[in-house]
Amino acid sequence: MVVVEHVAKRFEETAVVRDVSLTVAEGEVMALLGPSGSGKTTMLRLIAGFETPDAGRIILAGRDVTGVSAVDRRCGMVFQHYALFPHLSVGDNVAYGLAGRQMDGSARMARVTEALALVDLKGYASRAVTALSGGQQQRVALARALAPEPAVLLLDEPLSNLDPSLRERTRRELRDLVRRIGITTILVTHEQEEAFELADRVALLLNGVLEQVGSPEDLYGHPATPAVAGFIGRVMHVPGTVTSIADGGVVVRALATTVRATGRALEVGAKVDLLLRPEALCIDPAGAIAGVVEHRRFVGARDLLLVRCGELDLEVLADPLSAAVGSSVHLSPSGVGAHAFGTSA
Amino acid sequence: MTRSWRGYGAAVLLLILGWLVLEPLLLVALDAIRGSDGWTLDAVRAFVREPNEWRAAWNSLWIALASVVLAGTLGTALALLTRLVHFPGRALLGALLALPAVLPPLVGVVAFLFLYGESGIIARAVMALTGTTEAPWRFEGAGAILLIHATTMYVYPYLLVRGALASFDPALLEAATALGASRWRAIRTVVLPLLRPAIGNGALLVALSSLASFSAPYVFGGGFRVLPTQLISTRLNGDIAIAMVETLALVVLALVAVVLASRLGGPGVRGAGKGLAPAPSRRRSAFTLPAMGVALGATGWLLLPHLALLMVSFVPVGAWTTSALPTAWTLTNYVVLVAEPSRWQPFATSLWMATFAAVAAAMFAVLVALAARDPRRRLSRWLEAFLALPWAVPGTVYAIALATMFARHQPLTGRIILIGTLWLLPLAYLVRALPIVGRAVVSAIRGLDPALDEAAASLGARPWRVLWTVTLPLLGPALAGATALAFVTGLGDFMTSVILYTYDTRPVSLEILGAIRQGEIGVAAAYGVVLALISAGAFLLAERGRSRTA
Repeated sequence: MVVVEHVAKRFEETAVVRDVSLTVAEGEVMALLGPSGSGKTTMLRLIAGFETPDAGRIILAGRDVTGVSAVDRRCGMVFQHYALFPHLSVGDNVAYGLAGRQMDGSARMARVTEALALVDLKGYASRAVTALSGGQQQRVALARALAPEPAVLLLDEPLSNLDPSLRERTRRELRDLVRRIGITTILVTHEQEEAFELADRVALLLNGVLEQVGSPEDLYGHPATPAVAGFIGRVMHVPGTVTSIADGGVVVRALATTVRATGRALEVGAKVDLLLRPEALCIDPAGAIAGVVEHRRFVGARDLLLVRCGELDLEVLADPLSAAVGSSVHLSPSGVGAHAFGTSA
Repeated sequence: MTRSWRGYGAAVLLLILGWLVLEPLLLVALDAIRGSDGWTLDAVRAFVREPNEWRAAWNSLWIALASVVLAGTLGTALALLTRLVHFPGRALLGALLALPAVLPPLVGVVAFLFLYGESGIIARAVMALTGTTEAPWRFEGAGAILLIHATTMYVYPYLLVRGALASFDPALLEAATALGASRWRAIRTVVLPLLRPAIGNGALLVALSSLASFSAPYVFGGGFRVLPTQLISTRLNGDIAIAMVETLALVVLALVAVVLASRLGGPGVRGAGKGLAPAPSRRRSAFTLPAMGVALGATGWLLLPHLALLMVSFVPVGAWTTSALPTAWTLTNYVVLVAEPSRWQPFATSLWMATFAAVAAAMFAVLVALAARDPRRRLSRWLEAFLALPWAVPGTVYAIALATMFARHQPLTGRIILIGTLWLLPLAYLVRALPIVGRAVVSAIRGLDPALDEAAASLGARPWRVLWTVTLPLLGPALAGATALAFVTGLGDFMTSVILYTYDTRPVSLEILGAIRQGEIGVAAAYGVVLALISAGAFLLAERGRSRTA
């Protein structure tokens, strides 16, 4: 288990991590998601012990390690560029973390073989790491991190250096592997797809602030802040007013109609910023929202329409070829993909 | 390594460096303005009043500028020729042209003597053709020095420009051609501006080597004095104070060269490309044959002195008098080197001194590199500056500075008597070796991915184990190459040795000069060949170590 309590870190004038608290359960896979500069890598380095927090505590497997060096924390870490030792063979890389253990040579060999087998690199022990492909290097890095059987596995952008074609397969393999071993894992990524597929829960960091922790469905379906809704998926901003409070959400008057939306701590009559995802509206000849299709973009199974409604441009997902550019359409709310947030004004 | 350990370590290293490289120079400066009774500018005034002194300083300056122009043009042109034009044998000629880099300066100078000297091969050929018995020319003075400088120092710009061209994006040339530029215009407006940093650094190396050049003016100068030879004779005359002023003048010239070159090199334009070696057009063009001819001719001309050296080493003593080419051949010159203890002793001496200096400098350089790893820290910058000092300041100056420093017993100021002992010359080699190894290792350690250290730490390795199992093995190639270079520099050193040697530390270079003075040119040549072979062997050994670890 990993517990981070009120951790803060500044680099000179910049606050990189601001008062972050986070608990990762035993065996859980947690993704730290955020754009570059959001502080997610710094968080990982704070947990690994490469940085010391200015405030707060870090607890690994029940032990307060805030003042403990990286050497004594022994987190298994996979670096973004792998940081394999180029002068050592695959086997020696994997065995590096086993030195100083009370184990004889054959036990160490067995552990190396075992770790390589985990990542599907049986028989590669004597190869030079520089002769491996990017995907193989990534797996060696993983085997090296896992060989000493750490309590926590830390992955820094584990797939960012792989070809797109390889990335998806590796992502699946990585997901299966960490689940099979059942190791507590924290990974850093800026790709939400990666975070959603790999992690049980996702912690979204923006500007050093932990905005929301939850399952991928939570983050998408119940964003805690407009920033979360904006980061995960596409949204349009529409002004509105709360007309009633329904179970688990609100009804908002906006766009000459009423829209059911998620929303908390709102009162009837409150002005809100209504965030609509492209699936929140659908073409409906009886709909109350009238507009003109300005642009149509083919996005696979569906079309993404840009519909001009007065002052607003709305993105709408529609069946292919259901509306031509320049034609008038009517829209109505679909009942999903709408999130209301109170405005300060 | 913990932060405090680094801080203390760096401070101690800075103290040692200050003691070895800075204090001797400061003492020279003090001696220049100190008379028998207190401070005085007498020596400076004497220097300023004496036209001979001015002439030597001026000669040093214009020879340096002319050397930069000649060697810079030659080296850059040859690099462009062997990199950008495709012709058969390009790679081989390219490698051969880099050969003079492994030759100790004195050996190069001796090779010139055998080829162009009054009784050299060319002079004899002219005499044989014209039937005269008088030497057709005297190979001495400024012309001789410039010829030697141009044809030995071109390797610096040549190697640097070749290196820069290796990471030059060929798409830039193609882009220029696609925009309608002729090949010459493309080279003039695209290639040369991008090579400016390399050419600037090459020019600086030529300027510093020329200012420091001692062997060529010493052997071929005749009445033509430059500062390094002038200050030796001033010292021999006993005008210590004036010699110190001359030494300072030389330091000032060298520092001016460093400043000028940093301007010339500019801020360094970095290409945005991916950095592939330029693929010279494979098709035969009108350039192919002339280019090949020029490259072959240049290689032949530049390697000719070394061939002459090799040839002369097989000529029996006294057997070659009037003919253009020798008529008798022998291995005796090499046999005597091995058979006579007085002949091989200098080799043993040079070997141990050069090995000691290179190995000690390498160990020290590793410590400095560890302490100066973070370039943003002020201590790092000071360490770097101290390391660079013996690189910028001519060797003659350091020899004199060390002789001054270690001529007195003042333990509180770090001065002990080493002059006349076995240790002064190796110590001088060590000081000369410091910038060679130090700069290479510092830049190598900064090129290492810091994540490697973190990876080792997260796998439970303590700082010493990280150093031993990760950092040092990865520094190995750079360390080996630089140590070999430092070893070779010490092995062939002449300018420091001629000032500091004692009977017990008589190195090979002085033995070579002695052999020439006694007319044993074959033996001198054999010494030179063996020295060149040992140097090449050291480089090969370092290269093998490099390819094994890479």
